[in-house]
Amino acid sequence: MSETAETSPQTLRDWLLSERPQSRMQARLGRFYMIWRRFTANKLAVVGLVIILALLFVAAFADLLAPYSPTVGDLRTTRLLPPGGEFLLGTDDQGRDILSRLIYGSRLTLYVVLLVAIIAAPIGLLVGTVAGYAGGWVDAVLMRITDIFLAFPKLILALAFVAALGPGIENAVIAIAITSWPPYARMARAETLTVRNSDYIAAVQLMGASPTRIVVRHIMPLCLSSLIVRVTLDMAGIILTAAGLGFLGLGAQPPLPEWGAMIASGRRFILDQWWVAAMPGLAILIVSLGFNLLGDGLRDALDPRGSNQ
Amino acid sequence: MMMNLGRFRILAAGAAISAIMAVTGPAWTATPQDTLVIAFAFDDIITLDPAESFELSTGEILGNSYDRLVRLDINDTSNVTKDIAESWTVSEDGLTYTFKIKPDLKFASGNPVTAEDVAFSIQRAVKLDKSPVFILTQFGITADNVEEKAKATDPSTFVLTLDQPYAPSFVLNCLTADVASVVDKKLVLENVVDNDYGNAWLKTHYAGSGPMKIRDWRANEILVLERNDNYHGEKAKLVRVIYRHVKESATQRLLLEKGDVDVARNLEPGDLDAVSKEDSISLTNAPKGTIYYFSLNQKNETLAKPEVREALKYLVDYEAIGATLIKGIGTLHQTFLPKGVLGELDEMPYKLDVNKAKELLEKAGLKDGFSVTMDVRNNQPVTGIAESVQQTFAKAGVKLEIIPGDGKQTLTKYRARNHDMYIGQWGMDYWDPHSNADTFSSNPDNKDGASSTTLAWRNSWDIPELTKETRAAVLERDTAKRIEMYHDLQKKVLETGPYVILFQQTEVAGVRGNVENYRLGPSFSTNYVYTVSKK
Amino acid sequence: MASLDLTQTAGRRRARVIKFAISIGTFLAIVATTYLGLLAVTFFIGRVIPIDPVLSIVGDRAPASTIARVRQELGLNEPLYTQFYIYVSKVLQGDFGTSVLTTNPVMTDIRRVFPATMELATLGTIIGSLIGVPLGVLAAVKRGSFIDQTVRVIGLFGYSVPIFWLGLIALLIFYARLGWTAGPGRIDVVFEYTFTPITGFYIIDAIMQRQWDALRNILSHIILPACLLGYYSLAYVSRMTRSFMLNELEQEYVVAARAKGLSESRIIWRHALRNAAVPLVTVIALSYAGLLEGSVLTETVFAWPGLGQYITNSLQNADMNAVLGGTIIIGSVFIALNLVSDLLYRTLDPRTRAR
Repeated sequence: MSETAETSPQTLRDWLLSERPQSRMQARLGRFYMIWRRFTANKLAVVGLVIILALLFVAAFADLLAPYSPTVGDLRTTRLLPPGGEFLLGTDDQGRDILSRLIYGSRLTLYVVLLVAIIAAPIGLLVGTVAGYAGGWVDAVLMRITDIFLAFPKLILALAFVAALGPGIENAVIAIAITSWPPYARMARAETLTVRNSDYIAAVQLMGASPTRIVVRHIMPLCLSSLIVRVTLDMAGIILTAAGLGFLGLGAQPPLPEWGAMIASGRRFILDQWWVAAMPGLAILIVSLGFNLLGDGLRDALDPRGSNQ
Repeated sequence: MMMNLGRFRILAAGAAISAIMAVTGPAWTATPQDTLVIAFAFDDIITLDPAESFELSTGEILGNSYDRLVRLDINDTSNVTKDIAESWTVSEDGLTYTFKIKPDLKFASGNPVTAEDVAFSIQRAVKLDKSPVFILTQFGITADNVEEKAKATDPSTFVLTLDQPYAPSFVLNCLTADVASVVDKKLVLENVVDNDYGNAWLKTHYAGSGPMKIRDWRANEILVLERNDNYHGEKAKLVRVIYRHVKESATQRLLLEKGDVDVARNLEPGDLDAVSKEDSISLTNAPKGTIYYFSLNQKNETLAKPEVREALKYLVDYEAIGATLIKGIGTLHQTFLPKGVLGELDEMPYKLDVNKAKELLEKAGLKDGFSVTMDVRNNQPVTGIAESVQQTFAKAGVKLEIIPGDGKQTLTKYRARNHDMYIGQWGMDYWDPHSNADTFSSNPDNKDGASSTTLAWRNSWDIPELTKETRAAVLERDTAKRIEMYHDLQKKVLETGPYVILFQQTEVAGVRGNVENYRLGPSFSTNYVYTVSKK
Repeated sequence: MASLDLTQTAGRRRARVIKFAISIGTFLAIVATTYLGLLAVTFFIGRVIPIDPVLSIVGDRAPASTIARVRQELGLNEPLYTQFYIYVSKVLQGDFGTSVLTTNPVMTDIRRVFPATMELATLGTIIGSLIGVPLGVLAAVKRGSFIDQTVRVIGLFGYSVPIFWLGLIALLIFYARLGWTAGPGRIDVVFEYTFTPITGFYIIDAIMQRQWDALRNILSHIILPACLLGYYSLAYVSRMTRSFMLNELEQEYVVAARAKGLSESRIIWRHALRNAAVPLVTVIALSYAGLLEGSVLTETVFAWPGLGQYITNSLQNADMNAVLGGTIIIGSVFIALNLVSDLLYRTLDPRTRAR
């Protein structure tokens, strides 16, 4: 028991919470620590984080975790077996192990969610900040386009796009991305408007920074934290939309274990073999709930003022 | 604080009132005694005009509501029986058919049924030029000559003249089709708009003389038939028949079990099993003229190899599919003519044999297999079958990618010959072997954009010899010889054709115990509901 | 002096009128462009869908000549922009064309299916608001307590559950197993013959015709899907109510009221909630719009003959007139609800009015 060991956590904490940070890095780390403390104070948020970490773990080690193949089953002997025994969550109408399909399906879910976020968030950010900063007719045109997409029923638009592009998981991703960027654009524009006339931006302008540089280096970073919160909160919605597309038969191609498509095919057996549809539904519910709890907690932690609201 | 909780309770209670209202005493009334209620997926109905309709569900409606010259004999499907025709003769040269119409018949409207109405109906169908018109025009009838070729020589005599001496069984079978239904000339003419032969009106109205009248049709919701008291035969026992559109098998089953409907028509295997265990419900079934198959586009060089075609026929687990996915809704079948049709050949040489398939693939130089796509409609049972085929193909190294799409989408692709493989079904257009032979074993012009889009053409299967043979069979007036020719055609297609035929559809209906005489016919037009009674 | 003053005010009034006219003008222009964009996007998606619309009309077996004739009749041989021009000019005359699937004019179809969706969404919103608002208030009052956390989880659950799945499970339990409610559809077949829809809102129709049996049947059909949609809206409404109430409870007038010795319940329900009501109306309007859209999946599960089902069904058959008509209707409702809530906000909220 050395003395340093006893005191160092104390000092680290003090260092992080120091009111007079010595370096930028210290200030930044200190802020993160504050956020982390606020975040972990919220039990539900931690539950959300654990769910999402578990999802990542399952997706990464699907090969090791899944007891059976997700695509091969035996029509003759293992069709529609109830949960328990050899197959923990039962088997589906092609005799495939539902647990293994859910495990592999987590990859698809992550794939869809991340890809949509990667496509939609930057588009929304770009459109919103440019419109907000440029103003005038650029703003008018960009916002009209945003309004048009907002006026659309989202699922129907996604449906139409998938029908036009052809079914498949990539096209579902594109369709969902196309329908989910407008709110980000709206939000980014609003944030841009609040900072556009600030002294800080005026100072950068005086220093001769180009508009591109101002938007990319100075405005976009300011919008990031609220964007991240919004995207996390939207992830559940993305999962649900993807599942909805899968449910209507326009998501992943068989035999891919996409959860929505699994519900759709299990739906026929709901009366006698309820588990075929119930299990993937539960999986969707848990993962979406995880994203929602996480996003909710993040918002509270990042924006203590907003958490009152 | 107590106060506000109390207030909250009041509000919550208010919200729950409607719930309680619904929950207390759900009085389940059985269906009325004089009405038959059928749960049926009839979203394919887009018109009720017999000269235009070509959908299966419409076939059933028109079969119950329109008379024709002759009808399919449901007791011996290789034969026809009289409907409004009392008798008919065929001329020596096989070109002229003369029909005598039964006397004193009346349409539901009260107008008399005469040979003039028959002639008008045929002329109208040909001139309207809608989907099913080819059933009539294949006899050399055109819009220009139809008034000569199909005419009434007196009020009770109708004469039909053909361009070639076709097999009489073929001609009569074609006249049982819905497109040859007899419509009420006077009534239809009263409703003509812009020279449309009354088509716009007849799409949603009724002008026939059959046992039932069509009273009401709301697309994807409901269709109501009512007894026609002017019918010439035995009158219907029930006052009305209501078809209710229900898409889901599970829903149909629930409605049937709870007595909300009397008959459920689209039950899938799992639900059939469950329903058959109920005492109050019985099942009735009939083989239908629809064949499920998947086909191999010969534009794909790999699929064009004869060994590959044969190998794939050995890579389907027919038995397992038969025992699970299509249990109760189909019987395994491998030739292109369904059971019950003149000249059907009952042979099933193929079964799952991975080793044999591997040998054949090796012979074709494809030891390590190959990759191929299949366009699949996203409904059952085809999706399930495609997934099963995907698994058995993989056993011989054939990697199958399934491309799902809705029905119209995959069909558009199929008709443009842009597919590798396509899984689908083919239903008989009219109850004669030529209907299927003309599509499975005939391809008059294999060029892109050819006017004839038979299944052989869609799969780029260039078969001049078989095309000739198919043509000869339809002109063979000796029925025994004709049967022989169809046997030969089926054998050749079975061995070399680019089709893996899987099964023949069986139509099943779950029927509640108090319904009597409910029978499914061999074709959709013979699913008669007017013979049904209730106790 | 006086006359001068008068002309001045008259001038000012005229200026205000002109300003008003301009803002109305820009506003109309905005709505018009939004509409045109809506039309264009749907139209062009519809035309690039790899489904041959002719196939939906003539079926698979039609001879080549028939197919060619129908293609000609539909104007599908014209260039796309001509087709679009023709379509837009027809829509401006109020003609949405004819649906291929139902053979009715699209407007007739929509008049039939839209009330079904509206009825469901309205009931859903009512249920959602009646439960959601009190829950939200409760959560705000007892902030941080167990109740608050429970309300939060209930809300997040609503955001997280696939509504079609919940619908299936609800049908399984309440209809199939327990038999408490009626099954899919709007009304039992038994009533198809005795019950005639007038407005298309079956509940209203049944009350108007005093058909109590039918009403009971209709209610037992609508209760499950309405509760589901209601839950969806509850999740949103309760959450927003909570945050509005928190905001109000921090205001000075609350402190003042407490100081005056008003009872806590009076402060909460009479004062705070009343002030939070304005943004709440906006939220409820938005959730209503969300429910109209969310009904696509619910309608599929419950075989509800509404607009959502109509559009999906038409889309799968490339029945583009129907898809366009339906999308325009939903789009219009979206735009209208946004406007109404915007206007309400402006007129009701004293803070914005002052500005």
